[in-house]
Amino acid sequence: MPTKSKPAKPKVKAILDSYQGDPSMLVSILQDVQAEYNYLPKETLTQVSQDLDIPLTRVYSVATFFKAFSLKPRGRHIINVCLGTACHVRGAVRIRDEIERELDIKPGETTEDFKFTLETVNCVGACALGPIVIIDSKYSGQMKPDKVKTLLESYD
Amino acid sequence: MAKTKTKRLSSPQELEALRELIVKGRDPNQSCIVICGGTGCLALGAQEVINAFKQEIEKGSLKNKLALRVTGCPGFCERGPLVVIKPKNILYQQVKSEDISEIVSATVKGNIVDRLLYTDPDTGQKITYEHEVPFYKKQKRLLLGDNSNIDPTIIEDYLALGGYATLSKVLFKMSPDKVIDEVKKAGLRGRGGGGFPTGVKWESCRQAQGDTRYVICNCDEGDPGAFMDRSLMEGNPHSVLEGMLIGAYAIGSHQGYIYVRNEYPLAVRNAGIAIKQAGELGLLGKNILGSGFDFSVKISRGGGAFVCGESTALMASLEGKVGEPRAKYVHTVEKGLWEQPTNLNNVETWANVPLIIKNGADWYAKVGTEGSKGTKIFSLVGKINNTGLVEVPMGITLREIIYDVGGGIPDNKKFKAVQTGGPSGGCIPESSLDLPVDFDQLTDVGSMMGSGGMIVMDENSCMVDIAKYFINFLEGESCGKCVPCREGLKRMSQILTDITEGRGKEGDIELLERLSATLADSSLCALGSTAPNPVLTTIRYFRDEYEAHIKDKRCPAGVCRELVTYLIDEENCPGCGLCVKACPVEAITDMGKKKPVVLDQEKCIKCGACYDVCKLGAIIRK
Repeated sequence: MPTKSKPAKPKVKAILDSYQGDPSMLVSILQDVQAEYNYLPKETLTQVSQDLDIPLTRVYSVATFFKAFSLKPRGRHIINVCLGTACHVRGAVRIRDEIERELDIKPGETTEDFKFTLETVNCVGACALGPIVIIDSKYSGQMKPDKVKTLLESYD
Repeated sequence: MAKTKTKRLSSPQELEALRELIVKGRDPNQSCIVICGGTGCLALGAQEVINAFKQEIEKGSLKNKLALRVTGCPGFCERGPLVVIKPKNILYQQVKSEDISEIVSATVKGNIVDRLLYTDPDTGQKITYEHEVPFYKKQKRLLLGDNSNIDPTIIEDYLALGGYATLSKVLFKMSPDKVIDEVKKAGLRGRGGGGFPTGVKWESCRQAQGDTRYVICNCDEGDPGAFMDRSLMEGNPHSVLEGMLIGAYAIGSHQGYIYVRNEYPLAVRNAGIAIKQAGELGLLGKNILGSGFDFSVKISRGGGAFVCGESTALMASLEGKVGEPRAKYVHTVEKGLWEQPTNLNNVETWANVPLIIKNGADWYAKVGTEGSKGTKIFSLVGKINNTGLVEVPMGITLREIIYDVGGGIPDNKKFKAVQTGGPSGGCIPESSLDLPVDFDQLTDVGSMMGSGGMIVMDENSCMVDIAKYFINFLEGESCGKCVPCREGLKRMSQILTDITEGRGKEGDIELLERLSATLADSSLCALGSTAPNPVLTTIRYFRDEYEAHIKDKRCPAGVCRELVTYLIDEENCPGCGLCVKACPVEAITDMGKKKPVVLDQEKCIKCGACYDVCKLGAIIRK
């Protein structure tokens, strides 16, 4: 197990303690770690693996299997375009394309200045508002391609 | 609100005494302002409305005259934020914070704010009471009805309505076998999609060999366009917990799990609060109500994988592993979580259980059809006037749901299809609209009940594009463990992409059908074996659209970008310039007043923004 990486992170320790070091809570633990660091830094995965006494390969496989996890640093603002069926039939793809064009990134990517990360979500269940874009935790409903630019410009 | 000291209840009598105390402390005739605090209304700005009500009540010292309750979703998302004045059930819709002082002063005086009432689009009449609004008239809200009577974060609200009395009856007056018999006799079938008889599943789990038994509540509602489980978990979590407790007693389990999508933060929060409050009162934990029965529940949050809705994948994820399904030659009721007998039901199924035991199997079985009993909650979304959650008796027709409850298609567009059953379901055409909705009838037309998403499509929806959407979705969500699903979906996606981008060939439809048969026969789990349904049903009912794409290189609905061109109708264009402003790439040039605009085809990205804003039909889509 590589241990030469940076020193252990006290916050990870606290998260692990809150689950009593229960390996079955791995998904929840990684969610909390990601909420703390905005992504899953390599050394946190090592620490989780050592403290829970499970192979790093398993932590890595879980961290790469679930869509919610990112192994790369993400932007200050997370943009989520809902691509649920209801949003799709109301033109969500056009909204995603317009954000891609405006920021010059694809879903899963982050702008060079780390301002935005673009992600897509399969449904947030706010279908009455579709198509919907969620930036951080703010919902913007009934989106149109020509409203994208103004929406993005309202963030700094 | 009656504040009660949290003390563990150690007998049914103590539970009833507490209930009496709560009910006595409440005046049923007191006006209560009920605001939906569900995800849909919050997204529409309900939090500001809630804050404004709090301030207004504080300001006028009206605490004794007016109660305020923030509840879960009453279903009519289209018109949110929703406010209902109890006990009269006056419904105010699309309420904004600036309307609050008017609502408060009218309510105190016993008046009604006319301008915020719902207007019936057919008659133009204002409708005062919630139950008279057409959206609610044909519904039968056995499960959702209590959402507006309960603040989900206050257990006393649930107790005041008789909550946990059924659990108490089960623990002290019914044997586990009697409970299972009742659920079997009621004819309850699993609401998660498969429709397996719930009582039979419980019985198999009870009889299976094992040291420990588990029960799981599946709230990993991954179907896009479906949010009924979320609304139940957000709005009435104790009804789900009570159902799980009754099931656990019948099966002989002492540990339960709620597996909930992390994309549903409010459901995670409210389930957590409910577990904590029930634990404090001794309704969860050791020796529940002094009966000697122990049961506790843990919450586990999903990581955003659709396949984890599949029972074996969900259990793998609960064990802290990658959410891959396994072959089910040994059923999970025999060997599930940690290789022990495990019973998994979805949220809606669990919420039905207390109702059945409370009112009896005969009462429950009166609602519904021969093979499907009770009600079903659908999320009615897409191209529909009344987007929202609807709870209807099994056997109602699709036409009644879409036109009477849903209010039909917006902008007088023509109905094309309704997609049920999520990515594993199918598209049902107009010719089948009079179909009574139940598990078996939907399967007969090539679709399925699924968990209850109902996505309505109009003439502007392209059915090939919809098929491609679902296949791409499933391709992304396939766990990759078995070859037919991993490779088959990839090839199907390529073929459909070719068709929608003008590279379709003669024989593509037949190839899709052959691939579909292979997937259905040989995939490891239901994700793969049902994946072809959207393709097969769209080919079955809308073959002409596929042929138009392949032979004529034309998308009749005007959706597939590569097959569409936008043109300016010079005769109709007054040069108003709306489209010039809407165009994100400056492809349209204003030529001055009363002169038609000019569209540069080289720059056009075919986003359709101009087409959407032009009300004069001067943008032609070909």
